[in-house]
Amino acid sequence: MTTETHTDPTQARIADAVKAHDVLLFMKGTPLFPQCGFSSKAVAILEHLGVEYGSIDVLQDPAVRAGVKQFSNWPTVPQLYIKGEFVGGSDIMMEMFEEGELLELLHSKGVPTSA
Amino acid sequence: MPMAGADIEALIVAGIPGAVVEMTDLAGDGDHWAAKVTSPAFAGVPRVRQHQMVYDALGGRMGGVLHALQLTTACPK
Repeated sequence: MTTETHTDPTQARIADAVKAHDVLLFMKGTPLFPQCGFSSKAVAILEHLGVEYGSIDVLQDPAVRAGVKQFSNWPTVPQLYIKGEFVGGSDIMMEMFEEGELLELLHSKGVPTSA
Repeated sequence: MPMAGADIEALIVAGIPGAVVEMTDLAGDGDHWAAKVTSPAFAGVPRVRQHQMVYDALGGRMGGVLHALQLTTACPK
């Protein structure tokens, strides 16, 4: 629900971050040093698509780590947002990637990729 | 204590009408599971929402006691 006004400062911070990036990955660790296999998989998919993305390391911020689960109504990290829309976690990313749907989604939202 | 595969399956079956669940123990340690859930209830439902339905069926255990569940959802053909 990114269109709501958030009174909770963490929720507002997450909403701002989602708005500020065309593609944003909430993850454990960084793209260079993912700290979890699922986050690593999510990074590998985005790198393979050759899309520019921002990332937020939830391990550096306990409030965001808890808050993003509430924000997306999604119990785990990683979480992918494209143009403010919640896409899913690493399993959904992998399924969509394999079906070519992720590339389609990026292009339909006007996000350039090198793939 | 990790969750037993049969318990995970039972919760999903109880929560989603007509669900058929295939569990795979990914690491052989009884803690890293893959679940393939097939249900007519997924017809016409976006993928994110299908996964949310499974997480709802697991009643908040996902991300807690259930650390790693690789999830695939499908509608029966």
